Amino acid sequence: MTETVKNRESAPVLEIRNLTQQFGGLRAVSDFNVCMKPGGLIGLIGPNGAGKTTVFNLVSGFYQPTSGAILVNGVDTAGMKPHQVTGLGVARTFQNIRLWNDMSVLDNIRVAQHGKLQYGFFHAIARSAHYQTRESQIEQEARELLEVFDLQDFADEYPKNLAYGTQRKLEIARALSSKPSLLLLDEPAAGLNSSDIRELIRLVRWIHGHFDVTIWMIEHHMDVMMELCTHIKVIDFGETIAEGIPEEIRNHPAVITAYLGDEII
Amino acid sequence: MLRRYSIQLILIACGGLLTYVAYEELLSLYTLSVLMFMGVNIILSSSLNLVNGNMGEFSCGHAGFMCVGAYVSSVLGVWLFTKDKVFGVPLLDPEWAIYAFPFIILVGGVAAAFAGLLVAIPSYKTRGDYLAIITIAANYIVISAIENLGVIGGSRGFMGMKQVISAMEDVVYLPWMPIWVFVFTIFCVWAIRRYVSSTFGKGVNAICQDEVAAEIMSVNTNKIKTVTFMVSSGLAGIGGGLFAYIIGYVNPGSFNILKSTEVMVMVYLGGMASLSGSVLSAILFTLLLEALRPLQIIKWIVVPLLLIIVMQFRPEGIMGNRELSDIFPWLKRFYRFK
Repeated sequence: MTETVKNRESAPVLEIRNLTQQFGGLRAVSDFNVCMKPGGLIGLIGPNGAGKTTVFNLVSGFYQPTSGAILVNGVDTAGMKPHQVTGLGVARTFQNIRLWNDMSVLDNIRVAQHGKLQYGFFHAIARSAHYQTRESQIEQEARELLEVFDLQDFADEYPKNLAYGTQRKLEIARALSSKPSLLLLDEPAAGLNSSDIRELIRLVRWIHGHFDVTIWMIEHHMDVMMELCTHIKVIDFGETIAEGIPEEIRNHPAVITAYLGDEII
Repeated sequence: MLRRYSIQLILIACGGLLTYVAYEELLSLYTLSVLMFMGVNIILSSSLNLVNGNMGEFSCGHAGFMCVGAYVSSVLGVWLFTKDKVFGVPLLDPEWAIYAFPFIILVGGVAAAFAGLLVAIPSYKTRGDYLAIITIAANYIVISAIENLGVIGGSRGFMGMKQVISAMEDVVYLPWMPIWVFVFTIFCVWAIRRYVSSTFGKGVNAICQDEVAAEIMSVNTNKIKTVTFMVSSGLAGIGGGLFAYIIGYVNPGSFNILKSTEVMVMVYLGGMASLSGSVLSAILFTLLLEALRPLQIIKWIVVPLLLIIVMQFRPEGIMGNRELSDIFPWLKRFYRFK
């Protein structure tokens, strides 16, 4: 028993082996490998169209890979629907915020716990004792989470009425409501101003410490990545061109070429 | 205490009053039948609103499911409890009809719910306009299937339901149809409200607003779609069963695309995803149709014209995504609408 728990602790949160994704003639991701130990804060960077979001879409089960394997907490996700992958402990945010805008902030958090409702249609109709307890637990957890994120004042507000930075924060809170072991952040700083970005860096660092979660993020703001990540992977045209600690990446010739182009002379 | 149960008390009082008035024949048969159609229309519009309003799909084949419910419960009732040309002697003692009637209606609803799979399964991959075309096709499949079933009358229709009702009245003389229409209407609205206000049912709204986000956020979208389509078409089946027993005669022609459109008009008139809007507009629409009855066929020019005017000046419908409690906050003291 203790041995399995130990195994689990040391087992990688996410393991990707030889992942390749082909869209028609385009090879969006090719031979991608990663092995994430619990507790990391890892970055994924690359020029526009490098295939970063495609990797995230593959991990969250949105695409089925052309070849290769994705293992979340040791479970192969081949053939799984996104909600099943989420059930294994993966949560994500989107490049363009995708909140449910006509549902209250509290409901946004509540619905994100759909995977662990443990009751079905007939319980909901009959309002059984089981339903009542589950529903009040879910509401309580949602309110606690909002409080942790200092969003409790907006509980009955609609997300569309919130400031952009607050919407970002809410989206991250919603992703965390399913208690994931791996959180994928797809460009969390996109569209934020510099003070919001400072706030975001603090938030991500705090989440990483507070929630016992492995974070994998895509970001174009290099300062954010250099400050937050312990390890960065760089891809271009679907191929991994460099990886290492931020200092190495900053001075890596292949990365500089990918971002700035070859020297002409 | 009184406040907490005020809605229940009002409903019981309404039901009692309706029964009394119908029993003493204080209302003309015409008024009573308008009231009953009102109930059926409430069931139809609120159940369609579940798909068109809450889930954001565009179903225009609701009458098809109504048709399934109407035929299944009619045939079942006539086969079990009456002497019929086709089915012969009653299978069970007609005295039992009084107990079996609600179950007959429910069986019609269950059959319609399974017919709903005809739309639910394609909806996994299709949405929007393409799904709308599938719903129209489903409506036609149902109608054509029944038109070609000679055993139950084909396009000539099917009757004999009045005998089931009179068998019930022979045992205990009560206005059974108004009572059951009232009970089932309350049941349908109550079930829909409980469904959409649970966290489970809020997944429906999540699908409407962003299906991708819903799936990623652990909502099993295929399951929710299946359940929602089945609930919606099942309730339409219940409405259809009641409709058949009120009139005492069904034919496939009365469940064509025109009927579906009529239900859709009620939904859009009431406001998308607003349950109280659907109920309100079903009541208003029934009254309007009766008020326009003297215009005869011109009615079908006035009603669509009204729809054009509504869409021009109030595209969100009467209530528009709000419940009664959002407009009259004092109602919240008596009842939580959401």
